[in-house]
Formats: sequence, C-alpha cells, structure tokens
Amino acid sequence: MAKTLFDKIWNEHVIVERESGDVLLYIDRHLIHDLHFRAFGMLKAKGLKIREPDKLFGVPDHSVPTTAKVLADIPEGEMREAVEVLQQSADELGFTHFPMTDDRHGIVHVVGPEQGITLPGLILVCGDSHTSTHGALGCISFGIGSTEVQQVLATQTLWQRKPKIMRIDITGRLGFGVSGKDVILAVIREIGAAGGTGYAIEYAGPAIEAMSMEGRMTVCNMTIEAGARSGIIAPDDTTIAYCDGLPYAPRDLLWDEAVAYWRTLPSDDGARFDKEVTLDADAIAPMVTWGNSPQWVLPITETIPDPGAEADPLVRADMVAALEYMDLKPGTPLCDIAVDTVFIGACTNGRIEDMRAAAAVAKGRRAKVRTLVVPGSGLVRKQAEAEGLDKIFVEAGMEWRQPGCSMCVAMNGDMLAPGERSASTSNRNFRGRQGLGSRTHLVSPAMAAAASVTGHFTDVRKLVGEA
Amino acid sequence: MVASKGLKPFRTFTSVAVPIDIANCDTDQIIPARFLRRPRSDRDYPRFLFHDLRFNADGSQKNFVLDREAYRGGGIFVADINWGCGSSRESAVTALAANGVRSVIAPSFGDIHYSNCIKNGVLPIRLSSADCETLRGQLRENPGAEIAIDLDAQSLTGPDQTTYTFEIDAFDKHRLLSALDDISLTMEFDDKISSFAKSYKTRHRWAS
Repeated sequence: MAKTLFDKIWNEHVIVERESGDVLLYIDRHLIHDLHFRAFGMLKAKGLKIREPDKLFGVPDHSVPTTAKVLADIPEGEMREAVEVLQQSADELGFTHFPMTDDRHGIVHVVGPEQGITLPGLILVCGDSHTSTHGALGCISFGIGSTEVQQVLATQTLWQRKPKIMRIDITGRLGFGVSGKDVILAVIREIGAAGGTGYAIEYAGPAIEAMSMEGRMTVCNMTIEAGARSGIIAPDDTTIAYCDGLPYAPRDLLWDEAVAYWRTLPSDDGARFDKEVTLDADAIAPMVTWGNSPQWVLPITETIPDPGAEADPLVRADMVAALEYMDLKPGTPLCDIAVDTVFIGACTNGRIEDMRAAAAVAKGRRAKVRTLVVPGSGLVRKQAEAEGLDKIFVEAGMEWRQPGCSMCVAMNGDMLAPGERSASTSNRNFRGRQGLGSRTHLVSPAMAAAASVTGHFTDVRKLVGEA
Repeated sequence: MVASKGLKPFRTFTSVAVPIDIANCDTDQIIPARFLRRPRSDRDYPRFLFHDLRFNADGSQKNFVLDREAYRGGGIFVADINWGCGSSRESAVTALAANGVRSVIAPSFGDIHYSNCIKNGVLPIRLSSADCETLRGQLRENPGAEIAIDLDAQSLTGPDQTTYTFEIDAFDKHRLLSALDDISLTMEFDDKISSFAKSYKTRHRWAS
C-alpha cells in the first residue's frame, strides 16, 4: 500500500501497539533546554536514570541574556540557576551539552539541524512546542510536556497516537520579497490556528522544493501555530547537501547507508492523506499579523478588518477584543501602523539566511526605532560577522546581540514595555508574550528590517527594488 | 501496574463550573512565561493561573471570572475553541491543578496541552462548539451552577440536567480512571524496548 513520508518513519519506530491504537515509539534524539532544569532532580527522586545519555543533547537558550557571554554575566537568581543546573546535570550525567561559552550554543531548534543532530528519518523530541522546526529535514519531530521529557529520559520512548496527516501543497513560485515566513503565515490564515489540530502536516509542491533549508525550517517551525504538533518536508537533494559533513551526521559508509535510506522516505505516489490543501505561492504577499493569534494575519497591502463584517458572533467578539488589546482601528492601512521596537531573531527566523535578508534591507539605511538583531546560534553569529552583516546592522543603529530565544519569549530580560508595539520575526503574537501589555506583530526578517528603517510597517517590495 | 503517587484516579467529579469566554486561549494566558522556572511546590502557584488576566501590577484583582464569588473554587472550566494552544508548558496544567481544576470542557484543545492534561489527571472533554456555548451561557446566567462528570460512562450533566456524551481514547480513559503513571506503564515493556533498540541499531547503523 502506498505510504506517506510520516507513516514510513512512524512505522519504523513502533515498539508496542495497544488495542486502542496507541503505540510505544522509540525516540532517536532528545533535545533539552534550560527550562527543563528541574527534570534531572525529579528523575533522581524517582530513582530513575537516563536510559541512553548519548541520545540526549542540552543547550541553554530561554534564560540566556543576549548581553551575556559567560555564566557569571547572568544576574543571580532563577535565570542563572536554570542555565547552571543544566550544565551541571550534563557534566554529572554524561550527555552532550553546548555551554554558552561554546560557539555551537544557541536556540535548541537552530542548533539541532546546524550540528547534524537532527537528520532525516529520525524521531526527535524536545520539551518545546517549536520542535516542529526539525521536520524540515524530513524527520518526525514534535514538542512534549515535562512529564514526557522525564519519560524519554528514563525510557527513550513515548506513548503516542498517530496523528492524521494533512498535505499542504504550495504551488507556483514565491515572488520577490516573499519568504518562508510569509508562506506559513498564509497557511495559518487559510486553515486557522486550530486547522491542524490532530494532524501532522506534510508540506510539498514546487515552492517548498525550491526553498532553502532555512526557509523550510521557518515553515515547519510555525506549524504548531496552525495547531499541528509536527510539520514535515520530504528529504531531497537540498536536504542531503545540507546534512553532508555536519559534525554529528554519519560519515563514509554510514553516510551512504543513510542517504540510500533517506531516498526511500518521500511519500509514495497515491499515498492517501486525511486532508489536502493547496496554496498558490504567486499569490502570497509579505504578511503582517494584527491580532493575538497568528491566524489574524493579512498581506501588507490590506487594512485592519472590521469585526462588524464578521457574521459569527464568537469570532466577532474575539476580533473586537484583539483590536482593543492591540489598540487598532478597523480600516487603518497596515502600512500606517508605527512600531516602537523591532526584533529580528528566534527559532523562527534566527538563521543565516534571515540575517542576510534583514541586512539587505538595513544596508545603507538607519533604524528609526530600537532594533534588536539576535542570531539563533553562536555559529550563525560567527558566519554573519564573517560576511560583515554585523557591521551593516551596527552602522544602521541596530543592536547586534549574543544568541538566544530573547524577545520571542521574553524570559531573559529582553522585552517590550507595557503598551509597546513590535514588528517581530518570532512566532507568537499572544497577549503579553513579549512582556506584560506588549503588542506584537509577526513579520518576516525583511519586513522587520523595513519596519525598523521606516518606523512603521512598510511593503519591503516597494522599499527595496528587485535587483 | 502502579498508580502514580501524585495522581488521583478520575471517576466521577461534580463541581461549580466556570465559563472561560476566550477563543484560542493559549498557554501563555493560562500561565505567563515568567513563572515557568518556579517549582511546583511554590506556594504562590494558584495565583499564577491566568495571572495577568486576574491581577493588576499592584496585585489587586481585576474581577476576572475566576475570582467572582459564585465561581470561586470552580473545579471545571468550560472554554472555547483551541483551548491550551501554543507553548508546550506543562506548568499550564500544574496551575489548573493547583486551583483544584480537574476537567476542562472545550470544542478543541491544543494537542500538546491535551496530552499534558491526561498525564496530570486533568480530564479534557471535547464537546461541540454549540454545546460548549450553551453550557457557557447557562453558567453565565446562573453563576455557581454545577456540572457533573462521569468518566466511565463518558457523560456529563449540565446545569439544566441535559446530559451530553463525549468521546475519549480508550488508553487515555484507562490511565485517568486508574491514575496510571506513564513511566511505570512503560517499564512493563522494558525487555521489548531493549530488544527493539538493538534491532533498530542494526537496521539503522547511521542513526546511532
């Protein structure tokens, strides 16, 4: 029978299947970050040990200030404790850990793929919802809660029910100034923030095939914002070229074995999907969110919608509440909305391609508002510096920071003041996400840079001429 | 099979129910990120639930539904679509449990949050959007009204004595009814895990 990409990987990892259909899955890779610093003590208290420490990789990201270079730079208290306990646990329990002094450290979802810890065909989990990112490499990846984190530590397995599978085809070609971020925002607009609930989403089609790994990771990253725990893209030549030679990728004979296996993974012709959705890439414009759910998003050319025109009273109430919180009026052109702060970074858009896209807009221009540029890892930072991007940002009056989650989750001291409005390349525009009373608009790196140098949302296609 | 120490079996539960009229209520609303490094034993945990919707900066109350006299101590929430979407933070369930909330009824749940609920003895119940709105309406009109849940029968009775049935995965139901701990449940298959890992490593040498 014709199988999907997701089915093939899933089936290969089933240890036990119960009558109910729930299965015990074998987990290939477990990534852990500082917010799970209590997991090790809790495991010990239960008299349990880490079953396969060589499959566990730790890196601090949520609690790392982007002005800090060493542990002692972190203010004393729970932030430092989280980072410190993770490091001590790694030393004591013998799993791989990239401390903040190591160039390889950064946001867990940037580090995994960058190091070849994430590979096609694997099942990878992490106690973080944006674990969906890794599926861009053609693996099953999903976020888990802290009880599940302990289960994976102790057993290297998880009880799961197979999700339904949705395929989203992105046909056509992306236009100038349009990126993976705009694609996933358009997808969420189309299917809604709960559209993917109960599903894993396979992205396919010419626009996905033409996309770089960075773009694919952005698309998979925000799959959770459409409600689906996993996003996945079939491994192809782009994927294989990306993985080749990475520090933790297999080499020589094992590499050949791996590639031969990965080539068998794409969904078979005639594979059945529980739902299929098609979007035309040519019709996607740079997107800007206006509410407190990523589904409230529009092309930059639009105006703030009128809740009065919405027929469903529950949706209308939700829109009214969002506009009140965001302090926006129906009919206002998105281009007229001024911003106070711009944040470029996060596991959504903290990769080298994102830095390049932002720098291309920033070059020769000046930031009109406070702008933080936070690379996703030490290696992204180094690469950007080698390309002179840091100088472009600094000359534009932007702040070039140390890697971390930063203002995406605002747990490291980087945040908005109450009532402040941001253009942000992160993934969530929830109330208070970037600080109490913060107002977040999600955009691509190029659009964020355009907002920075103009002080308001701007169609980057008009600001920067096509070369 | 071992019932988990911290978990209580979930069989029947009757409590005052609270209408939460927020669509797409993300886990950042349920518990703001700045509390995520706190231990479960923190005495302030009950206050973290919906903190920023309940309290002003000076600690005074905002009159959020949860804090109105009639709803106080309500152990059942009736919510709107996509309850618990967003962040995987299990602290959201910890905050519910710290307030004695044992069940959330909603049209749909964030997948990770749903799973976190099951693992902490909190019963997530899916009812249609129309049924949830009917229940929320009744709870708004009759503050302090109760809902009675019978997990074994997979049914619940609303304030007007209308009975609704609901679907739940058989394994999830079993775990909740018996307060089973996932790790203990898994240890039964210890030998199978070992032999699987061995054969997997032979089949996929590149993956180790």
